[in-house]
Amino acid sequence: MSNRAFTNAGSNAGMTTSEPLIVVPLKHYGRWCWAALTLLLAVAAMNSIVNNANFEWSLVAHYLTSATVLAGVWMTIKLTVLSLLLGFAGGAVLALMRLSSNPVLVAVSWTYTWLFRAVPLLVQLFLWYNVAALYPHLAINLPWVGLVWSAPMNSIISPFSAAVLALVLHQAAYAAEIIRAGILGIGSGQNEAAKALGFDRWQTMSRIVLPQAMRTILPPAGNEVIGQLKTTAVVSVIALQDLLYSVQIIYQRTYEVIPLLMVATLWYIAMTSVLSIGQYIVERHFGRGVAAQGRAPWEYVNDFLGFKQKRGKI
Amino acid sequence: MSADINIQGVNKSFGFNKVLDSVDLSVPAGSVCVILGPSGSGKSTLLRCINHLERIDAGTIRVGDELIGYRQEGNRLFELQEYKIARQRTSIGMVFQHFNLFPHWTVLQNLIEAPIRVKRESKAVVMERAHRLLKRVGLAERANAWPRELSGGQQQRVAIARALAMEPDVMLFDEPTSALDPELVGEVLEVMRSLAKSGMTMVVVTHEIGFAREVADQIIFMDGGVIVEAGSAETVLDAPRHSRTKAFLSTVL
Repeated sequence: MSNRAFTNAGSNAGMTTSEPLIVVPLKHYGRWCWAALTLLLAVAAMNSIVNNANFEWSLVAHYLTSATVLAGVWMTIKLTVLSLLLGFAGGAVLALMRLSSNPVLVAVSWTYTWLFRAVPLLVQLFLWYNVAALYPHLAINLPWVGLVWSAPMNSIISPFSAAVLALVLHQAAYAAEIIRAGILGIGSGQNEAAKALGFDRWQTMSRIVLPQAMRTILPPAGNEVIGQLKTTAVVSVIALQDLLYSVQIIYQRTYEVIPLLMVATLWYIAMTSVLSIGQYIVERHFGRGVAAQGRAPWEYVNDFLGFKQKRGKI
Repeated sequence: MSADINIQGVNKSFGFNKVLDSVDLSVPAGSVCVILGPSGSGKSTLLRCINHLERIDAGTIRVGDELIGYRQEGNRLFELQEYKIARQRTSIGMVFQHFNLFPHWTVLQNLIEAPIRVKRESKAVVMERAHRLLKRVGLAERANAWPRELSGGQQQRVAIARALAMEPDVMLFDEPTSALDPELVGEVLEVMRSLAKSGMTMVVVTHEIGFAREVADQIIFMDGGVIVEAGSAETVLDAPRHSRTKAFLSTVL
């Protein structure tokens, strides 16, 4: 029955064959309704924030670029950059140790990651800050040569160096796992092809494996970078003047708690936004030669609204 | 510059599984040797031993004058340092079943990086050679394409050109057409055919009996880690003596 209908379709359609058929896309009315409702709620929320006098936006504007706050922003940036650079460098070393064929290096790397992921960052921070209680002096003692260099620990461990130490050691443990996952994601075929061409192990890693691994390393690494920027706020507990501690200093004097927390919030949002954009650009670079390119949020919005757009070149 | 390959008494085990059992094989310079056999017969392992991608347990493999992977002192074989093995591999080209092009490099970069970085040749010389090789495999127009933009057959031809860019003395092919759609097999075999005519020493693991018949100077049939039968195409393909060879050929012909 259905078979007959199918074979007859051609002749039945005969009366319309002179006109080409036009496809009419489905209208997504529901989509527009939800978009309108969501926008309405967003506007209401914005309205309540802007018009709530308790935020004291004029005070926020006043403190946003004050010298103390700017010094705090600078300290937060320094801590983030230092801990990320050193943390990922250490993480790369740990990842390579873990993937090596030397069982001792594998065990040490595993133990490090296990230990530094097990202890809360806040505890590590206090421990490093008080390390002088454990080791009052730091000294380099070489066999046969004797004492080469020595300094009291208290002159080395400042709030800043304790913070950097804790953040770097903590970050390295997480970075190691991210980098290791990226390297493992590159198939053995790439390694063999590189070997067969005579590339040595270092060239294979730096020119063939890592550039490809970056594609899978970058999204979680971007998470880490943004997470690390916010994590630096914990250093306020050892009285290091980062962004959070700087606004705390001011509001403990003036009691303008909410406006100053808003100042810190705005700066954190601004800094993480810059990092997000940076992540997008770097991901595009390492996505070369691969079909699925990450899409920017505005491309989705353009698609949704049906705007024509020029597609980026690969 | 072709070299000969001499394999003597090679053994290789993976755990308790013996995959190569005292294999002897001699491939004269400029000749083509095709290795046939069912999967698991050890044919790919033998090929991978020739450039030391697999370490052998006993025996010797020589390419030209070079003892691959080892240094002989008296009756002892000392395994070479990695950089020395890497240097030996520069004169042994290899083509893989799954092409293994470097996806983050363009076609041209795939060809030139190894000669420049490994053999420290000048970029101008290597570029000229790369364009000549791409023309030879029929892909002169695709120098700046990304590997993923090419069909399987085109990728495999690039992989052959990449191996040739190192100017090797021998070429190893590990089932070069097994991952290709049937209509793309011909273009890859054509490139290999012309390479054979040019006098390159070639060892080819394949299931393409027609290609073996046409191009091979010597056909090896392997099963269970041993060479069951060896000889010219006529003797092995048309008048096999062993029942295992006959059984295998009846399934693939």
